[in-house]
Amino acid sequence: MVSGHFRFRRSGGEARFAGLWDAIEWPAIVRMCTMAFSTMVLTAGLANSAWAEGNISAQRQQELLYLLQQDCGSCHGLTLKGGLGSPLLPINLAGKPDAALVEVIMQGLPGTPMPPWRFLLEEKEAAWLVWALKTGQTMKATP
Amino acid sequence: MKFSSLMAITLLIVPTLAADQAWGQASDQSSPNATRGTGDLGLVIERASGSLLVIETSERTALGRIEGLGDLSHASAVFSRDGRYGFIFGRDGGLSKVDLLARRLVRRVVQSGNSIGGAISQDGRLVAVSNYKPGGVKVFDAVNLDLVANIPAQASDGSGLSKVVGLADAPGQRFIFSLYDAGEIWVADFSDRANFKLHKYPNIGELPYDGLITGDGHYYIAGLFGEDGMAMLDLWRPDLGVRRILDGYGRGEEKLPVYKMPHLEGWARAGDVIFLPAVGRHEVLVVEPGSWREVGRIPVHGQPIFAVARPDGRQVWVNFAHPLNDTVQVIDVPSLKIIHEFKPGKAVLHLEFTPRGEQVWISVRDADRVDVYDTESFQRLTSLPAKKPSGIFLTARANRIGL
Repeated sequence: MVSGHFRFRRSGGEARFAGLWDAIEWPAIVRMCTMAFSTMVLTAGLANSAWAEGNISAQRQQELLYLLQQDCGSCHGLTLKGGLGSPLLPINLAGKPDAALVEVIMQGLPGTPMPPWRFLLEEKEAAWLVWALKTGQTMKATP
Repeated sequence: MKFSSLMAITLLIVPTLAADQAWGQASDQSSPNATRGTGDLGLVIERASGSLLVIETSERTALGRIEGLGDLSHASAVFSRDGRYGFIFGRDGGLSKVDLLARRLVRRVVQSGNSIGGAISQDGRLVAVSNYKPGGVKVFDAVNLDLVANIPAQASDGSGLSKVVGLADAPGQRFIFSLYDAGEIWVADFSDRANFKLHKYPNIGELPYDGLITGDGHYYIAGLFGEDGMAMLDLWRPDLGVRRILDGYGRGEEKLPVYKMPHLEGWARAGDVIFLPAVGRHEVLVVEPGSWREVGRIPVHGQPIFAVARPDGRQVWVNFAHPLNDTVQVIDVPSLKIIHEFKPGKAVLHLEFTPRGEQVWISVRDADRVDVYDTESFQRLTSLPAKKPSGIFLTARANRIGL
């Protein structure tokens, strides 16, 4: 169900991972995710902070923000403006479907160093992270 | 006449005596102006606060803090050959020169949008920085940080600029580095500083994520994230080109998730073998240099990040990726067995041995602490407070190829 969601443009016979976000065929992902995800996730509205915060304890939210800054930060940069991994600032994520971003976090991006976080995070936590990223919560968090 | 010359001599001597006395008495290390050597000094990166802790390993204390260095996530340092100055490579593209004795920032240039590491040349006069954005290497004068050369990492197949990783210095005033997106290794020869020469080795494999150079400057090895193998360039025989080593070490098995990229710079050569962290496997690979035959693999606690040899080569200390990063394991080299395991605290990010290996300094990020351990008894000798510490760099690196 997971593999084969992401296709990459190829050049010179080699998979190119530069500009990954641009290379992903987003409509395909949205289609797949719409099928793969339960309607619960989509209809709940991931960008709705009240929903997102309501399901995750305040302490866990702090842990997730810390994870985002320190551990996601080892590839995406402490300030999330990118490194080996793509930049994850609100401006970089604007317009990307929430469900697809949750999918990337949970399943990783095969062929790149982005690992699947499903072994460490619950789906609702990934959804909360997407909300936190899109609304710039890490910038408000104290290190 | 006599009196005035006596006065002059007295004036010259007295301050010197005073300074010497101060040293003899209490070794007033808190004063930045005190005369001292630099051989036991070092820097601890405080990644979140953009600051550095200046430490000394003789009394195991912090001498002071240098601030204002920007985003230091994944920052690293190299040293001038006199051990007085550190060059810090920050994630935000900042290249900073700091004075360890005066404990101050000498100069800081923001030379790119996003950088990952750097190196200092064999003669100590050039500092190179590897950049993610825009992808390439910039080379600076070590005295004033003026730009000497800009090397955009234009992929040979025309696909654009590539992120640059695994930058190291090599004998012959060379810098060597890997192009992450393009899968190439480049060697920049600065023996003629004004007209540097570039040698490119394309098609070395998928996604080189870091590189190391052996301590004798003989071999450069790039780890490949996209493949079960590594790319090796013999710098004594560059005409042979880049060769694949350890091909298929994963035996085609599905990789475990890698929540943090292993680092090769802390690679370990101990005895007659090299210890390398495997990617996507909870193993340390043991390899014979030259033949590049795998002579063993040691199952470890998690995805290894650093596998660092104690300077005498008798032990290799290993730390791990998230979420198993609270643990350190010690490998006994003759038996290839793990002889000690302990948990310093959450997020052990780096380990650095003193030059002769009696102590190891360990950064424990989430505990805001740097711990110092005795490497024979494994007893903790002391702990120093530090703000979210990551890399620890001692000035002894100034005298080692590749560091």
